[in-house]
Amino acid sequence: MTEGPNTLSGCSCGGSDATDAQLRRREVIRIAAAAGAAVALGPLGATAASARPAAGDLLVPDETESNPVAIKAADVQPGKPMLAYPFDPSSKQIRNDSKLNKIVLVRVAEADLDADSKARAAGGVLGFSVVCTHQACDAKTWNAADKALVCFCHASKFLVLEGGRVLSGPAPRALPMLPLKLQGDQLVVAAPFTTPPGGATS
Amino acid sequence: MSRVLKTLRVAALWSPIAAAIAAPATYSPVTDARLQKPEPGNWLMYRGNYNGWGYSPLDKINAGNVGKLQLAWSFSTGQVDGHQSPPIVNNGYMFVTTPGAQVIAIDAKTGQQIWRYKKELPAELIQVHPTNRGVALYGDKVYVATVDASLVALDAKTGKMIWTKQVGDWKAIQYMTLAPLAVKGKIIVGSSGGETGVRGFIAAFDAETGNEAWRTFTIPAPTDPGGDTWPGETYKNGGGSIWITGTYDPETNLTYWGTGNPAPWQSDLRKGDNLYTSSTVALDVDTGKIKSHHQYHWNDAWDWDEVSAPVLIDTEIKGKKTKAAVHAGRNGYLWLLERTPDKLNFIDAWNYVLNDVITGVDKKTGRVSYDESKRPTTAKGAKFCPSLWGGKDWPPEAYNPQTGLFYIPANNNLCAEMPKADPATPYKKGELYIGYPLDGVLGSLRFKDQAGPQTIGELQAWDLKTGKQVWTHKFPTVIWAPLLTTGGKLVFTGGANDRMFRAFDATSGKVLWETPTPSGVTGVPTSFEVDGEQFIAVQSGWGVDAERMQAGMDALGRKTFVPQGGTVMVYKLGK
Repeated sequence: MTEGPNTLSGCSCGGSDATDAQLRRREVIRIAAAAGAAVALGPLGATAASARPAAGDLLVPDETESNPVAIKAADVQPGKPMLAYPFDPSSKQIRNDSKLNKIVLVRVAEADLDADSKARAAGGVLGFSVVCTHQACDAKTWNAADKALVCFCHASKFLVLEGGRVLSGPAPRALPMLPLKLQGDQLVVAAPFTTPPGGATS
Repeated sequence: MSRVLKTLRVAALWSPIAAAIAAPATYSPVTDARLQKPEPGNWLMYRGNYNGWGYSPLDKINAGNVGKLQLAWSFSTGQVDGHQSPPIVNNGYMFVTTPGAQVIAIDAKTGQQIWRYKKELPAELIQVHPTNRGVALYGDKVYVATVDASLVALDAKTGKMIWTKQVGDWKAIQYMTLAPLAVKGKIIVGSSGGETGVRGFIAAFDAETGNEAWRTFTIPAPTDPGGDTWPGETYKNGGGSIWITGTYDPETNLTYWGTGNPAPWQSDLRKGDNLYTSSTVALDVDTGKIKSHHQYHWNDAWDWDEVSAPVLIDTEIKGKKTKAAVHAGRNGYLWLLERTPDKLNFIDAWNYVLNDVITGVDKKTGRVSYDESKRPTTAKGAKFCPSLWGGKDWPPEAYNPQTGLFYIPANNNLCAEMPKADPATPYKKGELYIGYPLDGVLGSLRFKDQAGPQTIGELQAWDLKTGKQVWTHKFPTVIWAPLLTTGGKLVFTGGANDRMFRAFDATSGKVLWETPTPSGVTGVPTSFEVDGEQFIAVQSGWGVDAERMQAGMDALGRKTFVPQGGTVMVYKLGK
């Protein structure tokens, strides 16, 4: 990949005039239609937008609706967890049709990482499912004292330097990790989630 | 080995028949007449009667013999988190709910499961408050309001789903935890989500078909009466959530509901009274129209929901026979209102726990005034009492017509310190909408003084005729203690982190009996009778806010451990 704006939607969306905006809207509508079809098909009919992250996916900020820009390792600031969704480069779809695909990225000091975590980190950045394993709320609040992600509903704490292990709170298991690698300076998914994401809702 | 397998196979073949034997032979349909005058031996709704008393007239278990209570049977629900629902009983059929809105029908005499309903919940569902507060019974159906904002009707005898209606949008974190209210062919519910920017509502559904009959927002639109108490578009996500069952007065056909606090919590961003938040609203059951209201405190900044519906008591107050609506507020004041067909008139109010925010109550209108230095805003943090969880959170009060006393499960001597609020942040669907950093909220609990008080939880008994506090039992810990009172002149409750379930003398407050349970008791206790024998029932199962508040106490140095896991506990007199 080259330096620059890192726009991922393909050349048709590179500009900023009205025609391109219309094209983007059409793209959004087409994605929405595909998502609708997936609902009709049931869980087996997963689309690129709802399928779990796969090796080779890029990551884009969670609020991206159009004109996606890949996240670089340097974009993730210390003490400021960043929310992201995977982006499938082949279908050019953001995998944001399932909240279970939502990722939280945290920057850590590489020297602090244990061996397993180091193997899953890229450029000092770790990726986790943001979905708390207790009741599926977002675990996205940074606790500097414990180097932990804290869930906003019931305050489960997950240790980012120890593979997302539960430090305290009602969560029954660690936050799933999303192994990352670098492609140039961009973050790329290296492997699927280490364990299935989601809360204990059943 | 093969013999074991054979035995297992026989057991499997026999299980449906065993289940059929376990179920009482017939199911007695629940009529309006029965709901208006419940038989003493049954507990047909959330608080036992439409008045919200939490009172059973049964008196075989009484102050003289309660010391002989022992376990009749127990039943493990297999679920964790907050088990708050009352065991509701109709002629031998018991219905309990668990977190995740499972419904279990149990033979009330033997503890054998008759059926169990498990709703398949969406994998992406966020559960901010994993609990459920019980079923409603009407006709031959059982109704449950679910955490993914559905209302479900089940066949009472078989547990078969008859219909289901989506009441709110779970992706916006609207959810239901309350027991529905069944009145005159309607099933009435409301939605939680005060912390996620819901515009609160109460809605009624046809008991037979599930068709929506009416929906009334607790937050008026700009053109509605009260709409001018909200600036701009703030009403759209103004809170006023509904998460505790209403009471009902058949004489006026009015149903009374308590409403939650306004959203977001930064009160300086929504200047005005913010009707009808932190209020009681009275609705006509046929139309859903709001006929009257009383706001306990305007422009809330302290997370003081007033969701407990007022208890309807016809009694003498200040020497005058009064149709009263009585409410122990989360704001720490005990409120006496007079209910008429078109008004809720203020009678009196006084604080039953420490409150340093309210400086006065207008004698005519009941409107409160504030010490504004105690209001946290986007410009400043503040320390205030009582805490965010208030003088009394959701656990229901009780009224005993035998003693004439009104009982309150209170927390005293506790305060909160909130940091400066976040600046204005736009509403975002599916996100928290409170306006404070989470650490600030969860770490807000403070003692009233540095040393820390000797006691916090208080079971209080008040004489409404004189306005006097008759007795108080003090606990060293916080309590989350729903109350049951009985014709045997007893008050039953748990609520403390010591896992105990207790019986108090309703007249004197003396502890007459106590027993440890597997977890902590934050369930609503009930009493019922089968074959002439009286039982006391409650769920043990610690979780939700009791657990969160305990974490706040742990941080203040009062650590404890309360194990998780739900169990239905049923007691009767030993021989």
